[in-house]
Amino acid sequence: MIQFSRFVLPNGLRVLVHEDNSTPMAVVNVLYDVGARDEDPERTGFAHLFEHLMFGGSINIPEYDDELQKAGGENNAYTTNDLTNYYCQLPSANIETAFWLESDRMLSLAFSKKSLDVQRKVVCEEFKEHYINRPYGDIWFKMREMAYENHPYRWMTIGKELRHVEEASLDDVKNFFKKHYNPVNAILVVAGNVVTEQVYELAVKWFGDIPAGDKYNRTVPQELEQQVARRMDITADVPVDAFLKTWHMPARLDPDYYVADLITDILGGGASSRLYQSLVKEKQLFTNIDCYHFGSTDAGLICIDGKLVKGVRPEDAELAVQAQLDLLMNEGVTAMELEKVKNKTESTMAFEDMSVMNRAASLAYYELLGDANLMNTELSRYNEVTADQLVELSRRIFEEKNSHTLYYRAKNNQ
Amino acid sequence: MKRKIVTHYIIEQKITSESENKLSPSFFMNRKIAPPIKDAVDFDLKLKPYDKYVLRNGVEVYAVNAGAEELIQIEWIFFAGNCYEEKRMVATAANFLLKNGTTQKSAFAINEQVDYYGASLARACYNETASITLHSLTKHLHRLLPLVRELLTDANFPEEELLLFQQNSRQRLEVNLKKNDFVANRLIDEYLFGFEHPYGTYSRFEDLAALERADLIAFYDRYYRTGKCILFVAGKLPATIFEQLETAFGDLPLHGGVVEVPVKPVLPALERKYRVVNDPNGVQGAIRLARDFPNRHHPDFFGAQVLNAILGGFFGSRLMNNIREDKGYTYGIYSYLQNHVQQSAWVVSTEAGKDVCEAAILEIYNEMADLRDELVEEEELMLVRNYLMGSILGDLDGPFHIIGRWKNIVLNGLEEDYFYQSIKTIKTIQPEELQQLARKYLQPESFYELVVV
Repeated sequence: MIQFSRFVLPNGLRVLVHEDNSTPMAVVNVLYDVGARDEDPERTGFAHLFEHLMFGGSINIPEYDDELQKAGGENNAYTTNDLTNYYCQLPSANIETAFWLESDRMLSLAFSKKSLDVQRKVVCEEFKEHYINRPYGDIWFKMREMAYENHPYRWMTIGKELRHVEEASLDDVKNFFKKHYNPVNAILVVAGNVVTEQVYELAVKWFGDIPAGDKYNRTVPQELEQQVARRMDITADVPVDAFLKTWHMPARLDPDYYVADLITDILGGGASSRLYQSLVKEKQLFTNIDCYHFGSTDAGLICIDGKLVKGVRPEDAELAVQAQLDLLMNEGVTAMELEKVKNKTESTMAFEDMSVMNRAASLAYYELLGDANLMNTELSRYNEVTADQLVELSRRIFEEKNSHTLYYRAKNNQ
Repeated sequence: MKRKIVTHYIIEQKITSESENKLSPSFFMNRKIAPPIKDAVDFDLKLKPYDKYVLRNGVEVYAVNAGAEELIQIEWIFFAGNCYEEKRMVATAANFLLKNGTTQKSAFAINEQVDYYGASLARACYNETASITLHSLTKHLHRLLPLVRELLTDANFPEEELLLFQQNSRQRLEVNLKKNDFVANRLIDEYLFGFEHPYGTYSRFEDLAALERADLIAFYDRYYRTGKCILFVAGKLPATIFEQLETAFGDLPLHGGVVEVPVKPVLPALERKYRVVNDPNGVQGAIRLARDFPNRHHPDFFGAQVLNAILGGFFGSRLMNNIREDKGYTYGIYSYLQNHVQQSAWVVSTEAGKDVCEAAILEIYNEMADLRDELVEEEELMLVRNYLMGSILGDLDGPFHIIGRWKNIVLNGLEEDYFYQSIKTIKTIQPEELQQLARKYLQPESFYELVVV
């Protein structure tokens, strides 16, 4: 049971506090309700570029990192398709430093030209390092474009292309800040060796006078129900063939989300999972195979992803995957299998919650979803899932017309 | 992400003094002025001591009982790293396949039992040691220990599991060899230590192909089944933990004797500079600069850790400020001391745009020159001291991190006050000493220099 308190400042900033006095540290986590799905299709990658700029100096403080490091702190941040999250950890005696730093960059950035010039280059190198200079690095660019026709999940957080990042201007940066980076669109979580009353006072002191800003109301174009299976067959300079197939799945707040999550564990979670045992160990068609999803807030994708044993045709690999899905849809799961994936969920959550930093980020995310207490109640949602529900949802998800299949063939294999 | 996550040494401690900061809301505040801080160097860090037991067969058990969650981690360390193998890859393969079958159970049956309890059984093979690590909810531990016992007494390395391992490893290697960073990491180790030394060697297709079941069985028999084992246990431990370990492992022939490390000479490369073309269409180069460095027992080791932090050991380092934050040549650049038992290395590592690799290397040397020529300013040194102390404080939170510290100390044969010596150096080292270290070690002619594009 994770205990927390919640209050809302007059400017709309939501504040959550989780006390844990077994650690000497405090975590300050600020989540902004903006991600790559909020980008203009012609200016993709912006939310993530902006995340970099948040470290380029704020209105009163030229060097965020130096000041935090002086106080013995460390920090990082990440951007997803749904949100942007900033977190720092420091000795709890110095917690006010984090309030000072985080509130100043919520108040206003310095909007330095130099920072923009440098971070555009840094993000371009990040793009190259992860997505260009890497075998199969572009596979998800292609899959997302195939799977989504309307929804902005169509592009990766890093951006559709380098050009979008290169063309970002200082005006774009200012507008983006004004629209998304204000108290009414943010969630502050403070966790660790802190006292709730003290956090309340500090929150009022440092964040209380920041203008509320306008609530950002998201209008994201949604996918229409897919009627026809989509397929792509490409050849690239990679050593071995890869297979990736995805299906639309329920959104994060849909009651069926938990069922879908357990389906991925039955199929692909670990060395005793069905796909691994049957297709890697027994049939030896894949050298590795996994089934997973991204936990996206809007309707996401269930993915089956693997590399083929040399000499195996993707067509045959796909048939074998389909046979496993048929087995699940026709014969369901055993009681022991279901118990196994529930036990795994319990254990995964417990290990995740060991770290104060994870607890803080989870609280912020659940608050964004609308109810921070989901942190404590989700396990029971998993435990309530029945074998019948698994079969029923499998049949709905794994329909061919709901799917996207990508063969990624190795050039010299042909 | 703004940056890559840096791999730290694992450390642990807690503060004993209370916050001295008085926090009061004020009507007037100047946002340009930082709130007062307590210098992290003033924290009194303590590493929670371990409990030690010796099983009746001589196996040592180090335990840290801490944490709020009902979780446990047990690590079985064997002296079964690749320096003991007579044929390349045997140590890695034996370690990996240890849980892929016993005379009683198939790999699937073993995996299913582990997964059923929501546990994980990881394996890892290093130069000197190899490990099996169990993570589990404490309540399921008694179901899992008998299984681990079975693996340590009765693994039988089925032929088909080995064939599958060979096939899948071969393909993985093919994919990895396309990655410049992977290739660069292999080559720089080879330059530093020589291909015949366990630290400099790496797996090749022919080594994989030559593996035989008999090799694995012989290695397992000598270095696991009757090998030297040390246990590290952490988490919220059940009251019966030592009885449980005694029952499961106390009668096994894990003789606990000293295992001599076969001595193989270090044969560093003669040539210093390398430019390797791996991917003609690539857009980035993998840069590695590295030199030899003594191991943790050397008196320079503690000071070098502080100097390394200033050079490239964290996000506020000089290399990061210059090459990423000022020039934008890279997404990230780091320097580090490699964690080898016998002899270490000092490495600078980054991936940079193809057309700026040479410029980046020049800047790395410029930063080394600055550290040799100029004393580090007090303000920068204070920032680094505070950062390192805070990072130790934060990194070592929780039982798994505490035991990690102790494992490092035990396996490297260090003094028990190693942790406190390290802290003392962070708190007290002076600019003059850092400059001496820079003059001694950060000389460009001592570094191997490699770019893989």
